[in-house]
Amino acid sequence: MILPYFVVIPLLAAFLISLISGKKDNWAIILAIISILSLLIISIVGFIHALDNNVLYELSDWDIPYTICLVMDSFTAFMLVIIHLIALTSLIFSISYIRHLSRSWKYYSLFLLLIAGMNGVVLTGDIFNLFVFMEIALFSAYALVAYGNRSEEFEASFKYAVMGSISSTLILIGVGITYSAFSTLTLGKIAEMVPETSPAVVNWLRAIFVVGFGLKAAIIPFHAWLPDAHSSAPAPISSMLSGVLIKALGVYVIIRLFFSVFGMPATFSILFKVLGSLSILVASFLAINQWDIKRLLAYSSISQIGFIVLALGIHTPLAVMGAVFHILNHAIFKGLLFYNSGSVEMYLGTRDLRKMGRLSKLMPVTSATAMIGTLSVSGMPIFNGFFSKLLIILAAIQAGATYSAIIAVLGSVLTLAYFLKFQRYGFLGNDEPSPEGPKVSLGMKTAMITLAVLCVLTSILIIPGIRENVLTPVVDDIINKAGYISLVLGG
Amino acid sequence: MIIYVLCFILLLVGLYGVLTKRDLIKIILSLSIMEYSANLFLILFAYRQDGVFAILSKGEQAAGMVDPLPQALVLTSIVIELGITAMLVALAVRLYQKYNTFDITKIRRLSG
Amino acid sequence: MKDKGKGMTLIVKTITRYTVWLIALYGIYIILHGHLTPGGGFAGGVIIALALLNIMLAYGREFTRKWLRINLLHELEATSAIIFLIIGILGVAISGSFLANFLHHGKLFNLVSAGTIPILNIVIGIKVCVGLFVVVWSLALFHIPKKGGTE
Repeated sequence: MILPYFVVIPLLAAFLISLISGKKDNWAIILAIISILSLLIISIVGFIHALDNNVLYELSDWDIPYTICLVMDSFTAFMLVIIHLIALTSLIFSISYIRHLSRSWKYYSLFLLLIAGMNGVVLTGDIFNLFVFMEIALFSAYALVAYGNRSEEFEASFKYAVMGSISSTLILIGVGITYSAFSTLTLGKIAEMVPETSPAVVNWLRAIFVVGFGLKAAIIPFHAWLPDAHSSAPAPISSMLSGVLIKALGVYVIIRLFFSVFGMPATFSILFKVLGSLSILVASFLAINQWDIKRLLAYSSISQIGFIVLALGIHTPLAVMGAVFHILNHAIFKGLLFYNSGSVEMYLGTRDLRKMGRLSKLMPVTSATAMIGTLSVSGMPIFNGFFSKLLIILAAIQAGATYSAIIAVLGSVLTLAYFLKFQRYGFLGNDEPSPEGPKVSLGMKTAMITLAVLCVLTSILIIPGIRENVLTPVVDDIINKAGYISLVLGG
Repeated sequence: MIIYVLCFILLLVGLYGVLTKRDLIKIILSLSIMEYSANLFLILFAYRQDGVFAILSKGEQAAGMVDPLPQALVLTSIVIELGITAMLVALAVRLYQKYNTFDITKIRRLSG
Repeated sequence: MKDKGKGMTLIVKTITRYTVWLIALYGIYIILHGHLTPGGGFAGGVIIALALLNIMLAYGREFTRKWLRINLLHELEATSAIIFLIIGILGVAISGSFLANFLHHGKLFNLVSAGTIPILNIVIGIKVCVGLFVVVWSLALFHIPKKGGTE
């Protein structure tokens, strides 16, 4: 009953902000925080509800083959909780960060449109509806990357827009071929008809969707837009894009299409393993070379998505659990690291690592949370990154894919290498830099401390008692293709 | 069959334009050509042998019409591509304000 | 480009004064008959937006800014989107599903039939018309300097 409200509430808030705001942005902030907070509460309640029984909702009171349906199983509810958590911290961070740029209400309106688009992608059960919501989210992302009005941001946004449009055209052609082959657009019905269709057509569809959604998820060789876009965007938008958007639009759709609808034969398993390994290694080597903080973090994002895609290629339940846990962990610690880089950029006025030095005295909160974020992403024990990478490596060894396990371990070592560079030059260096901008405000500190605490707390999810209740239903819903079909067609 | 091959050639023409042209406006136009070919592809799938147009007027039967669902998909797709083109043109205007040229080999501040 | 703010020649202005209303009438016809003939909200909205753009091209920017009250157009765009969402939520309240067709369906082939679909067509038509006009208006506001770009 509440499923369409995940899309209606952000849309309504976005247009209300546009209507009632004058020159200042006070009403905009209040409306945005109210809507995201209520959505976070509804999504947590929905997750607890979806652990027992999944929800199907049909729009416009028609029956299944003719209507658009919204499906919420545990994986969808899990993604919704992640989206709204990172969105809430991003809003709290951006209250003072965006005021530094301009006091306009347009940022909050675009932000809520981004949330509405991502909620729609995660909830829908119809493949063309997925395309439309993906485009809504991408419009807002293109506009938000260019928000700061500097020349690099326009160039990065143009590159992102052109590459995103090429992949969207390819996805539209894929949707057309899907409709022609199956004469329906509902994902559940397509999943039922896949075993009876000719394998050549289904393989073409799988290939088209890997290329199309792989560009949204920034898998190598489709990654070229990500370093520019994520490094030029304002810091809260970088954390939203890198923490949530590439997962809700790229990885979520790949999991939904390849596990629940089209299935993954052995060829595509090997393809995902190869793409994942390439992403881990190439992005790590490129990241070691960077002197710009946010470009280093952007290449690190590509590398961590490589871990997730490698785990999807291994295709056992333990590997899928590692991938899902890594989605949650990466959203949290990458968001934290981007907030740190944003605070440093606002305070010092530069993003170059060679110009920073001993920041641990000037900005204590930022340095402490950056240390926690670095330890998480490198995979130190007690922090959450260790457990998800451990799950992926264990699953690789258990499935007999020794090359993947070696590459995953190598990727972890390289991650530690470039983050040590990040810490040594950025926070523990020798000379003190001179501050140029305003100090870090209370809102920014709150967002950073919240995510740092969550970094430690989410490692509780690996304890066997809690894991059975939270992570295992998610993995079961992903692997259980027959369950998804019966949910959509039976309800 | 020939029609599908021609539609694919249109897609390749658009892709060639995006990849090799140096002017920002020409890149935007080539992107539009690619999107036209995707819309054409969707409509070509809707054709039924000996079908009439899919408008129900007084005294018509519902059988024997071409498929109306891809036509609705194409309407939505045209709206989306209008928005994308508007945003790209706005970005091109702002880039011209900053760099005073439309040439992409000179708009190259981000690399590596 | 001497009279940049003053629009085009006298012949264009005179013809525009008569043809703009015909274009707008054609657009309204396409919106209202959206459930009977092809077209609907989006196509009709684009045609009415073309009528407004015709005024802007023929008479110049200052005249259009005073005559069309651009601030009102911003509010109209947001309001029509909110009305669309409210009709959807009314569908939940009355019939149980979002965007359900809760008005009386009427007889087939009448102008007043098919429940909420004509109302949604009108709302979409207004939003598309105003949205497209404001987009092209904002693009026309940019002043490209003669030499030396800004940093």
